Amino acid sequence: MNQAIRNSWIVAIALFVLLFGSISYVQFFAADSLNSNPSNNRQLLATFCNNRGPILVGGHPIAESVATNSDCKYQRKYNDPYLYAGLTGFFSLSNGQYGIEAAMKEQLAGTSTDALFERISQAFTGATPQGRSVELTIDANLQKLAYSMIPDGVPGSIVVMNPKTGAILAMVSKPSYDTNLMASHDKETVAKAYDNLVGQPNTNLFGSPAFKQLYAPGSVFKLIDTAAALESGKYNKDSVLPNPAELAFPGINYTLPNYRYGQCDSQSKATFTFALENSCNTPFASIALNLGQDAITKEAEKFGFNDSSVKIPIGVETSRFPGSSGTLDQPGLAQSAIGQRDVQATPLEIAMMTAAIANGGKQMQPNLVQTVRTPDLQTVQSLTPQVLRQSTTPEVAKQITDWMVSVVDNGIASGAAVPGVKVAGKTGTAEVANNLNNAWFTGFAPADDPQVVVTIVMPNVDVVTGAQLTSPNASKLFKAVLKK
Amino acid sequence: MSQLATVPKPRRNIELLLLVLALIVGITANALVNLNLGKTFDNDFYTQCVVLTVLSLAVHISLRLRAKYADPVILPVVVALNGIGLAVIHRLDITSGDTAGQRQWLWTGLAVAAAVAVIWVVKDHRILRRYTYISLALSVILLLMPLVPGLSAGDVNGATVWIKLGPFTFQPGEIAKITLAIFFAGYLSSNRDLILLAGRKIGPLQLPRVKDLAPMIVAWLASVGVLVFQHDLGTSVLFFGLFMVMIYVATSRISWIFIGLVLIAVGGFAAYQIFPHVARRIDVWVHAFDPQYIGAAGGSYQVVQGLFGMANGGLIGTGFGQGSPQTVPLANSDMIIASIGEELGLVGLFAVVCLYALLVARGFRAALGTRDAFGKLLAVGLAFAVALQCFVIIGGVTRLIPLTGLTTPFLAAGGSSLLANWIIVALILKISDAARRPINVSADSPQTPHQEVQTP
Repeated sequence: MNQAIRNSWIVAIALFVLLFGSISYVQFFAADSLNSNPSNNRQLLATFCNNRGPILVGGHPIAESVATNSDCKYQRKYNDPYLYAGLTGFFSLSNGQYGIEAAMKEQLAGTSTDALFERISQAFTGATPQGRSVELTIDANLQKLAYSMIPDGVPGSIVVMNPKTGAILAMVSKPSYDTNLMASHDKETVAKAYDNLVGQPNTNLFGSPAFKQLYAPGSVFKLIDTAAALESGKYNKDSVLPNPAELAFPGINYTLPNYRYGQCDSQSKATFTFALENSCNTPFASIALNLGQDAITKEAEKFGFNDSSVKIPIGVETSRFPGSSGTLDQPGLAQSAIGQRDVQATPLEIAMMTAAIANGGKQMQPNLVQTVRTPDLQTVQSLTPQVLRQSTTPEVAKQITDWMVSVVDNGIASGAAVPGVKVAGKTGTAEVANNLNNAWFTGFAPADDPQVVVTIVMPNVDVVTGAQLTSPNASKLFKAVLKK
Repeated sequence: MSQLATVPKPRRNIELLLLVLALIVGITANALVNLNLGKTFDNDFYTQCVVLTVLSLAVHISLRLRAKYADPVILPVVVALNGIGLAVIHRLDITSGDTAGQRQWLWTGLAVAAAVAVIWVVKDHRILRRYTYISLALSVILLLMPLVPGLSAGDVNGATVWIKLGPFTFQPGEIAKITLAIFFAGYLSSNRDLILLAGRKIGPLQLPRVKDLAPMIVAWLASVGVLVFQHDLGTSVLFFGLFMVMIYVATSRISWIFIGLVLIAVGGFAAYQIFPHVARRIDVWVHAFDPQYIGAAGGSYQVVQGLFGMANGGLIGTGFGQGSPQTVPLANSDMIIASIGEELGLVGLFAVVCLYALLVARGFRAALGTRDAFGKLLAVGLAFAVALQCFVIIGGVTRLIPLTGLTTPFLAAGGSSLLANWIIVALILKISDAARRPINVSADSPQTPHQEVQTP
């Protein structure tokens, strides 16, 4: 009998050994994968009700945690929510976290690995855990001005950035929404607000359309064709380009028309100056057909297209130019060369492209975060300008700049001019549907010592409205930054 | 039956020393909860300290008077577990606003009183052998109680295992665990020769006669009945495992294990086929991390939240009050292991499991040491029941096996479980007393004047 008891004892011990094994597995070996499981909202719960650090613009909080009397000790409050919704995003328990709130969540919560010392000292002093503050690169006045330029009820985005540092000075979109609706502690209230907001046309809950929405860039893409042409060695600044009223393709019943609203039809050959000033289509289509799809794709990628890794530190939607060769037929390549068809870009990407030209061919890492500070105001992280890539040579950049100046001085972007300042610019009018266009302006000033890049897109507008809402507003933004 | 040499010393002072350590564990845990969650040390706290100490000493003194050779490790282990359980339940009460802690204190008092009563009333564990068939009848009544209209508390979390007693609810199945163990021990110790010698031999297997299979059939019916009518898979497994180990120890025949495993396989497969709730348990276990199963009613939300909590705790835990164990449904009862894992970490949970292993080991030690077959069987049955119960619930929480609703002995909020487990401990203490008592004082002796040993 005792032998059987000993055997049973071995079975019992085996059961306990299994338990030690499974506990070790859960709490040690699988702990990391469990902690990062998408269904796991533990970390979120742990910090949701904490005193998360504020998001600051010019020293003033645009998002802050306010003490409450409820169990959930702090309530997130957004000041000027409509103005900043696309940047701050929101931090909800069951409907996700977006924007700076998500991208900087560890710093804001004070749980990042380098915040260990603060956590320990807070634990010892008994202070309630407090997160770090995140100061944005945004200029509040510029942000307000840009926001006021987009009429209510009309979708549109504006990006203003410093081409030398990559700092984003203003980034606005309409329509916007009230982020406070998503900050409630009541799950059902948030879920209702979410369903309601998701259903609204053109509203992007997950980040400003300025970096989350793709648009056909239209003629602003011609700057990349120009760079590709000059870099190829097959063209130089004096090259004469074919400028037919229509580009025909053998064997296909399709012709690519020239741009209707400028003076393109007045001559059948064009210099780069003329072609850019009037935004003619056929010269750039011919460049693309001559250089081939690979060359244009490569150039587009040198300016930031097809790069899915850009973070500001919020993830940026990937702008696209069709990749591997053979995916575009001849009409397709011609149409893509003028920023139509399969070419898709975020307003931020067009601003980055412009900034690269402005900055002598060096594209800087765009960034929204200026500084991160501990609760006792020690700076633990601050913006250091970083070169993202060399997009083109300084010579090519200089040449394109000269041409962009003449587009403003003599061409169709004249509305962007600022008295006493050399402004470089380029417009775009991408046809979408029903005679409506995506109206673009992108440019920088002063041309000889660029301080600011402005990119404006007004999607789905008629030509006249588009022209009114782009170049003249760019002029006002240049003036505001340059204090003219 | 080999006789192990035992040291004929009472060891009550060692018990007292260990008891002080156990009380320090329990009281410190409770104090940490108050400290970390910003509660003041009010009268409640000091009352609780005194109550826990008095209850522990009551058992200790009873042992000194009525079972002075009892194993000195068992009581401190149980006091430590019970104290940790009270602290964790208190901690969860603070976050959820529940009052489970107060009920648990009340039940702890009742359970300890019951244990003391057992120590005093059951002069020798062999008396219980007289009540073999009464225990069987009692088991049947206890198991049927939740199905009686008017008495039944209805369907609670998918199982019909509760009865209403005024303001309290009670799980009679917990007590049935003890009465069934007494019945099996009594029946098997009386009939083991018959079972062993009669029957046909087929190949290497010695098969018992059909009439000797009766208790196994009873056990099987009880298990299946619990499963079918009460939807309680965990208890069903527990009863059957309890019986299997007891019949194996009684006969030392692997053939019984074989028959048992066949019955389990048949029953399990049939249950999987016939009962949707069993099939559902298995599906939920296999696909636990599938968002569809997490979101579904009766899905894997509970177990997955528990795992997330334990992972959050990691090696050393978040500390009391620093985690969010309250996100897990039933955090203070079925999922209390996940709560401990989260806030006390792998280290804390290992300590708790070690305490269980120690308790079970001492139970087996008592079984080895005691001289009568009934005592051996009862001690093995009760100790193995504790081990199996730990395995089913902790294994379920850590997703080693499908999660079924069994209570975690001494830790989980719930009065019936606490009561039953303290009675089990009292019985094991009595058996260990018999095991460790010097042979020459086991009969009437001047040192133990109250000891009126009943020879079976």
